[in-house]
Amino acid sequence: MNKVPNNKAWWLVLPVFLLVAFSAVVPMMTVVNYSVQDIFDQSSRYFVGADWYRQVLQDPRLHDSLLRQFIYSGCVLLIEIPLGIAIALTMPTKGRWSSACLIVMAIPLLIPWNVVGTIWQIFGRADIGLLGASLNQLGINYNYAANTMDAWVTVLVMDVWHWTSLVALLCYSGLRAIPDVYYQAARIDRASAWAVFRHIQLPKMKNVLLIAVMLRFMDSFMIYTEPFVLTGGGPGNATTFLSQTLTQMAVGQFDLGPAAAFSLVYFLIILLVSWLFYTAMTHADKD
Amino acid sequence: MAGIRLQHLAHSYSRTPVGADDYALRELDHVWAQGGAYALLGPSGCGKSTLLNIISGLLSPSQGQVLFDGKEVNALSPQARNIAQVFQFPVVYDTMTVFDNLAFPLRNQGLDEAQVRRKVEEIADVLELGAALKKKARNLSADEKQKVSMGRGLVRDDVSAILFDEPLTVIDPHLKWKLRRKLKQIHEQFNITMIYVTHDQLEASTFADKIAVMYGGQIVQFGTPRELFERPRHTFVGYFIGSPGMNLIEVQPQPGGVGFASVHLPLPADLQARLASTPAARLQVGIRPEFVQVREAAFDDAFRARVVDVEDLGTYRILTLDLEGVALKVRLGEDRVVPVEDAWISFPAQWLMLYADDVLLEAAP
Repeated sequence: MNKVPNNKAWWLVLPVFLLVAFSAVVPMMTVVNYSVQDIFDQSSRYFVGADWYRQVLQDPRLHDSLLRQFIYSGCVLLIEIPLGIAIALTMPTKGRWSSACLIVMAIPLLIPWNVVGTIWQIFGRADIGLLGASLNQLGINYNYAANTMDAWVTVLVMDVWHWTSLVALLCYSGLRAIPDVYYQAARIDRASAWAVFRHIQLPKMKNVLLIAVMLRFMDSFMIYTEPFVLTGGGPGNATTFLSQTLTQMAVGQFDLGPAAAFSLVYFLIILLVSWLFYTAMTHADKD
Repeated sequence: MAGIRLQHLAHSYSRTPVGADDYALRELDHVWAQGGAYALLGPSGCGKSTLLNIISGLLSPSQGQVLFDGKEVNALSPQARNIAQVFQFPVVYDTMTVFDNLAFPLRNQGLDEAQVRRKVEEIADVLELGAALKKKARNLSADEKQKVSMGRGLVRDDVSAILFDEPLTVIDPHLKWKLRRKLKQIHEQFNITMIYVTHDQLEASTFADKIAVMYGGQIVQFGTPRELFERPRHTFVGYFIGSPGMNLIEVQPQPGGVGFASVHLPLPADLQARLASTPAARLQVGIRPEFVQVREAAFDDAFRARVVDVEDLGTYRILTLDLEGVALKVRLGEDRVVPVEDAWISFPAQWLMLYADDVLLEAAP
């Protein structure tokens, strides 16, 4: 067969190329553009090279919120992943109850972020909130607006309430995909419940867990709306996470140059950590 | 090690079984003697795996008892019954090495590490897995995985019995034969009761001393491969075993015997008496294609049949004949002359079986 060279097919790639260009490349390039210039108005702009990067990397305010951000995301993963697995393991597998459970589990996932923030803001209020007022009635001094620890716990519990379902549902689907014969073989081999979990369930859940860890890491690392609505970043700066700091910088102070430089650093951190998770989990037990 | 006895055993997957069709296993009584090598042979969906899972304790029967050495074990778990079972598709613990996979049942039993090592190496040697012991089980081929699966079943030598549920389905043909030989060797060496489920008659007869043929949730015959071939006790056994299966012809009772169209087949007097006292809706005679006598010319009391088709299968030929509108298969050795157009055939009395409602009719002993 003769091959007829026909490069017109390249046109078919054009729509995707344009889509990616406008949705990702062009906006990102604008950010890159801002990050290397100092812009005063439309006619006066100065190229500053890596100055903004140097400045943001040495900014103690950013160091603090980066640290807070890592602690927060770490806590989220440490609580939600084991809890999600535990819930998935205890969920009924057959019958009407399993459908009921699935629906109940899915409800928090359907609530918009700012609504979640508002729900917890009212729920936790020390004067009128069901949770806050009850705790104070019991003699526990709880006030998320005033105590750093209370604010942190509330922000974490809110995220656990909102997103553990996602982990649980992913794990549940992973567990359902394990053929019965594995459990039968384990019974024949006298495997303990722990061995069944360690050597059958966990390895078979690995792929969904990878997705769960990545999603929860990325989402929690970029969290903005819920803590902003709940605590506004306070008390003080106690719950001011990275994206809120960034917003203050870009929109509040209109420091577009440093904010752009910081955005790119932020993006690279997420990319790097996600890559680390991915590599660690996919290469964990190769020969 | 134990002899296994099934008493009035039946099982239904439906919670409220109504008719016989609701039962995956119809009531049966059966004994597997200690140390025997048995095969459970039957088509897909006949209840083989159900029966196996009831013996191992993975499934609890709806009625009847399972007895190990005379002791009822219905309420005991597979662990307590101390049974090993190998499944149709390989089950390996992905994250463990081959060594750890094979050692797993032993370690769960609480054996010390020196004993574990000795047993695992012994079994790895038998199954030729020695070179793969340090590999992660997930990186094995399907063949090797199934060998590991089998190894986990064979590694404990104190078990009551080892059950195999079509273990060689995923194995390459040339390896199948080898593994079957291995199993037989292991059986001879350790004297463990082994029950081997398969739908392949060749596999059953090379592995087992005695074969139980299952059909429609019942064991229709239990005997040596030779007995199953020569005296099938049920038309299904005749049809399922042998290649091609037994010729089965519907007949009517006639004075002095049975017959169809203008063909008359005489029966011995005692069988005639038995037939007369047996009410049957359906009467068939059966004869193996190997046992039909064929010549090119008329002889004795031979019937004349038309040759419809000849299939050459290398070492033998299969003739399809038409005898008064009834199709018959006949198997001829390659050295025999093949009749053209017409063939004269007869049915030796010793190989002619009579079936009343699918069950072999025999003269009272």
